[in-house]
Amino acid sequence: MFRTIAIVAGLGLALAATAEAQTPRKGGTIRMTAPYGSSFTSLDIHTTQRAQDEIYAKALHRSLYIWNSAEGKPVLELAKDDVVSGGGLVHTFKLRDDAYFHNGRKMTADDVIWSYNRIMDGTKAYPGARYVRVIEGASAVEKGQAKEISGLKKIDDFTIEMKLTEKVDPGFYFFTALTSIYPADEAAKESFIQKPIGLGPFKFVEHVPGSRIVLERWDRFYKPGKPYADKVIVSVMGEAAARDVAFRNKEIDTSVLGPAQYVAYQSDAALKGTIVEVAEVFTRYMGMNTSFKPFADKRVRQAINYAIDTDLIINKLVKGKAYRATSWLPLTSPLYDKTMKPYAYDPAKAKQLLTEAGYPGGFEFEWTTSQNESWGLPIVSAVIPMLDKVGIKAKVKQVETAVLAEVVRSGDYQAFIYSQQTGPDPQAALKCFHSATPQSACNYMNFKNADFDKLMDEAGQADDVAKRGQLLQKANALLYDEAPVWFFNYNKAVMAVQPWLKGVQLNATELTHQNVEDLWVDETSPAK
Amino acid sequence: MLSFLIRRLLQTVPTVLAVVLLVFVLFSVVPGSIVSTMSDDSDPQVELRMKKQLGLDQPVYMRFGAYVARLATGDLGASFRTREPVTTMIAKRVWPTLQLIFASMAFAILLGVPLGFVAALRPGSLVDTASMVLAVSGLSLAKFWLGLLLMYLFALRLGWLPSFGYGDGGLKYLILPAVTLGVSPMALLARTTRAAVLEIMTADFVRTARSKGMSETRVVKWHVMRNALVLILTTMGLQFGALMGQAVVVEKLFSWPGIGSLLVDSVLQRDIPAVQGSILVVVLFFLAINLLIDVLYGVIDPRIRYA
Repeated sequence: MFRTIAIVAGLGLALAATAEAQTPRKGGTIRMTAPYGSSFTSLDIHTTQRAQDEIYAKALHRSLYIWNSAEGKPVLELAKDDVVSGGGLVHTFKLRDDAYFHNGRKMTADDVIWSYNRIMDGTKAYPGARYVRVIEGASAVEKGQAKEISGLKKIDDFTIEMKLTEKVDPGFYFFTALTSIYPADEAAKESFIQKPIGLGPFKFVEHVPGSRIVLERWDRFYKPGKPYADKVIVSVMGEAAARDVAFRNKEIDTSVLGPAQYVAYQSDAALKGTIVEVAEVFTRYMGMNTSFKPFADKRVRQAINYAIDTDLIINKLVKGKAYRATSWLPLTSPLYDKTMKPYAYDPAKAKQLLTEAGYPGGFEFEWTTSQNESWGLPIVSAVIPMLDKVGIKAKVKQVETAVLAEVVRSGDYQAFIYSQQTGPDPQAALKCFHSATPQSACNYMNFKNADFDKLMDEAGQADDVAKRGQLLQKANALLYDEAPVWFFNYNKAVMAVQPWLKGVQLNATELTHQNVEDLWVDETSPAK
Repeated sequence: MLSFLIRRLLQTVPTVLAVVLLVFVLFSVVPGSIVSTMSDDSDPQVELRMKKQLGLDQPVYMRFGAYVARLATGDLGASFRTREPVTTMIAKRVWPTLQLIFASMAFAILLGVPLGFVAALRPGSLVDTASMVLAVSGLSLAKFWLGLLLMYLFALRLGWLPSFGYGDGGLKYLILPAVTLGVSPMALLARTTRAAVLEIMTADFVRTARSKGMSETRVVKWHVMRNALVLILTTMGLQFGALMGQAVVVEKLFSWPGIGSLLVDSVLQRDIPAVQGSILVVVLFFLAINLLIDVLYGVIDPRIRYA
């Protein structure tokens, strides 16, 4: 009897403690890190597409939609309601009437229209234009043929009508910080890039270039009771080893881990519990130029996939910090097909395919790569001997990452290795392979296949979501068979999080991009 | 002295122009452009318009002419990336870099010069051997590794100092990066000082001074130290300039907001005006320090005449 009471009491205490532990605490400072190499590019988030900059922007700004990591999809943020009409092309958004910019002014439809028109200024090449272009008339503004986007109409101060050029979910287009809503009156001023004003849960306090951004709680944020923390500090820390020391020294609350640190943290009992990981929507691959004769033959491209022991590379070189790619759509894509199996490591099959394609003795190609540790030179160096075994000789051409982006878009390569965003919208990810998509956009392999185009066109016209999904899955399977790339891996993002930081979201679009209003620190945090 | 200063200032003009030309030409021919890094999928027409707006559609010689004309008025242009004036960007970074460099040199001088003197005055002794082992180690250590080692020891193990960041710009944030950067010049100064003092100690005028019955303290103070200082100053001057370049690694490692990290970021992002501006500041700093050292030669050793 006593034992039963003790167990029940123990359970009760444990539950009470858990409940207490899960009650968000108000106050404190969240200390995040921006781990991607260099300083923040700009305080004008419309001008920069770097993941690094969006880390602070998630605290400072807000867009029409926001990524909901739990649901794995974008949800309305600055609008309360979206009524779809016009055959799925017209969206009427009822905007929030309680969203205040950090200068105290209420957001209205004019701010949304002004922001999207700004992003379409073709002389500035704002990276967010790729998303806003989906609104009818946006391209005309970009080309200088119109002053305002014709597909955007203000119905009243808090209602806006948006006409799209195709049937897509606008959530996928308007959730990143690249399409943040700016205050129309303030953003045109020179002072804006020194002291930005947004709609986010934290307002700007200080930027020490190359070192940190400091933000403090915005009391008029529209989500009741949020944000929890008083302050957010985002420190620029590109060096993994320095981050490691700072994390162990409890000076930072989050730290992105590379392959070597991933292994070290897993084997350290004190740190193992700090690891959070998620399959991000990035596919790493070797792209093959089909205008280079050997790669024009599907059998050669398949042979490459069979010739490489991909699992070995992922396990030994990437230290398990990746998931084997089975086709283009990544693991966290809503249309990922679990039944698909990756290409097996089969050098004999590779040799047979090469012989059938007319290359029994193999051939030679130039492989353009950056120095990236996860999808660059180290990987290429490991693959070369495997290809050599089936008679394919690869010559390495090493370039900077910035140059690689240019090379890839211009088509000036025989093969390249890259990491490409392949989500969260599966339709947009697969559309890159449509023959109508220019190489300079994202059809980097200049892929042209009539059957693939047909599937994509049908999917674009389908009103039924389930049917659209089936068609897109077929398109993804077709890509697997056509093998325009060596399907290497899907990125596994890994971050160490201090035990006192709560509410971390497993964001598959980018793990470092946290909805900061949901984060909170308990009383054990050393930062006050 | 005045004519010397004017002559030296005029001599810097061709150096600055050569650097400006070199950097401009270099970044006009290296592959990669700011336009292609701005967006993943820009329309080619948009790219053309953007190039026009940034002036990148002009021939190199016209761009160079326009740049030099602006430079003559003190205008370094606007950053391609942030659209801020480059002078503003640099102004935000100058003070942290100067803080770091002066603190590093202070550490190097305060430790390196006495160490060299002590070693030279007791050649072959334990102090001499230990000093030189320290100096050779200091020269051999990679800054990145040394920085990590110091972080590990003083931040993680001892908990005395923060491992990274600029904080409020105070001393506790400055110590680790400054020591990391200062160890190499400290070692060089120790070796240079030892070599210079040893050479002077055997010079005829020192022997003469001793034979006249001058005390060893006075010999060292009046003859050895003064003569050695010329060589030490030269080394210090060169090290000051070199530290501007070496600060890049340390600034990156410690998240220090200086010109070095601005330069690296700008190169990677092909932000040409920011690269040009940053390099120009580094070169001007180097030239200014060398000019100062030249002036100091005359103060230390009046036999050196410039007029």
